[in-house]
Amino acid sequence: MSSIPMIEQTAGKAAARAAARRGPRARRSGSGRGDARRPGFLTYGFLVAVLLGSLFPLYWSFLVGSHDNTVLSRGIPLLPGGNFLANAAKVFDSIPFWKAMGNSLIVSCVTAASVVVFSTLAGFAFAKLRFRGSKGLLVFVIATMAVPTQLGVVPLFIVMSKLGWTGSLWAVIIPGVVTAFGVFWMTQYLRDALPDELIEAVRMDGASMIQAFWYIGFPAARPAAAMLALFTFVATWTNFFWPFIVLDPSNPTLPVALQLLQAAHFVDYSVVLAGAVLATIPLLLLFVVAGRQLVSGIMQGAVKG
Amino acid sequence: MAVTDRVKPRSPRRQSLPPEGTKGVRRLAFSQKVSKWDVKVSPYLYISPFFILFALTGLFPLVYTAWVSLHSWNLIGGQGKFTGLENYAFAVAQPYFWNAVGNTFSIFVLSSLPQVVIALVVAAVLDANLRARTFWRMGVLVPFVVAPVAVGLIFNNLFADQFGLINEMLKAAGLDPVRWHSDSLASHLAIATMVNFRWTGYNALIFLAAMQAIPRDVFEAATIDGAGRLRQFFSVTVPMLRPTVIFVVITSTIGGLQIFDEPRVFDQSGLGGADRQWQTLTMYIWELGWGQRNFGRASAVAWLLFLIIVLIALLNFLITKRIASQGGRK
Repeated sequence: MSSIPMIEQTAGKAAARAAARRGPRARRSGSGRGDARRPGFLTYGFLVAVLLGSLFPLYWSFLVGSHDNTVLSRGIPLLPGGNFLANAAKVFDSIPFWKAMGNSLIVSCVTAASVVVFSTLAGFAFAKLRFRGSKGLLVFVIATMAVPTQLGVVPLFIVMSKLGWTGSLWAVIIPGVVTAFGVFWMTQYLRDALPDELIEAVRMDGASMIQAFWYIGFPAARPAAAMLALFTFVATWTNFFWPFIVLDPSNPTLPVALQLLQAAHFVDYSVVLAGAVLATIPLLLLFVVAGRQLVSGIMQGAVKG
Repeated sequence: MAVTDRVKPRSPRRQSLPPEGTKGVRRLAFSQKVSKWDVKVSPYLYISPFFILFALTGLFPLVYTAWVSLHSWNLIGGQGKFTGLENYAFAVAQPYFWNAVGNTFSIFVLSSLPQVVIALVVAAVLDANLRARTFWRMGVLVPFVVAPVAVGLIFNNLFADQFGLINEMLKAAGLDPVRWHSDSLASHLAIATMVNFRWTGYNALIFLAAMQAIPRDVFEAATIDGAGRLRQFFSVTVPMLRPTVIFVVITSTIGGLQIFDEPRVFDQSGLGGADRQWQTLTMYIWELGWGQRNFGRASAVAWLLFLIIVLIALLNFLITKRIASQGGRK
């Protein structure tokens, strides 16, 4: 039983070694730019302005969402009012909010899980196994990243309606189950993080390929897999165009439901913005928990990409 | 060695494992065969789920779009007769098509240009030796987790023609309020602001990562040569970021030319204003396909959009490369 942690540990150490190799520049963060002096008032002033710029629209939507819809005609409010719950109740009355929340959760979780599994499998093969045509196929994967899959919406819709899936969550999940980006990302990561010798060693010891993947490849891929899951989750959660086309108003995801809310309450800004706040809260919570990883994921992807 | 001893007992069923002890040459040969087969086939097995699913959900639709675009094709009735390039001819002859092309480009330029510049500046500031570094980095990324539809609704309110915060501020400053929902350029500016709000921080982090990958001695040399911080930024940092700038510009081109969510919710009807002041190409595809139920024409416009994107991405690539390399030679 102790075999899994043991091998994982070895792979983990390898990953740590790879991280250490990348480390100096990743950890440096501008600290020895010729001058190691701390930046002054101006720098922090600028950053505070940028921060206010990114937070203000969210605060504003809460502000308007917590008053009644006449607030703006009376002047600009500065403090939240006490009407948020009443507006939220109107949101729940006019759109299937909780159903949309559940749908978004299902779609995002399933998509993230499947992207991670398939990308890790393919990434392991591309990064660590030798096979005929691997280079060409990888180039193909990278090339398809530049092709906007959005442009296939018409045929995708035809196929989904032939299958009778329009209106069901399958129609949203299936087109997202694999992404070229995921394969590229895992390939890049495993190439560095997993030493060839480790795989050779377990192969010598008689492990089959799938065992090598399961006991060596998958554990080593875990940090990158977590990042990929996070990104896929956020992207799927915020996706609008395709769900908007293929789902019924009675069974929407959150962005589709928000759009319906606007159609129903176009003049009542307070209700619409209360809905926007409610729909944003789950991802803000996720951001509080995993924002650090999201940041480092973006930065890692940039250096490699 | 320890690894083997522990892996083996866990899977006695696996035939690829070498037999325990010396049970006979034949079984050894057999298991070797299995192992060889395993090595040969496994990689294909691992990549095949991706390729099969991708072919079905990504590649096939793309090719099928071309097929649909050559036919008269109705949402309800399905495939009609082959019409050749008629759908393309129709699209190119439509003023609405060219209006959408113009709007898409206008919004794209208004968003991507300032975005890259501001992201570079933000990145340069984040690159300083800051206290609470992670806090600032996370701060600029908050907008990224807000859905574009929610961003659209929020800014729709901020840019409201009557009682909108922006117009109230303009009035307070003694300026005329802007008709954000009826003037073409004004609506493009408002939509571009939404895009910039969501993506500037994200791109800043990408630039920041690239900045930190620049070897330190380059800056030391520049300092010794007497270059100030500003001079270093323009003569060292920016040119050394060339590949990253190209990457960001191209990804934002692909995304920017497909813009749909923000302009779609900028008013209620979703056609881009009373006179389609802000109808983009993707919105036009939606109108043709799901508004007018004409899939043939929608597909033709989709292919035209794809060609435009490829063209602009290439052009971007060449221009960015040129500008960046000139900067490097200075």
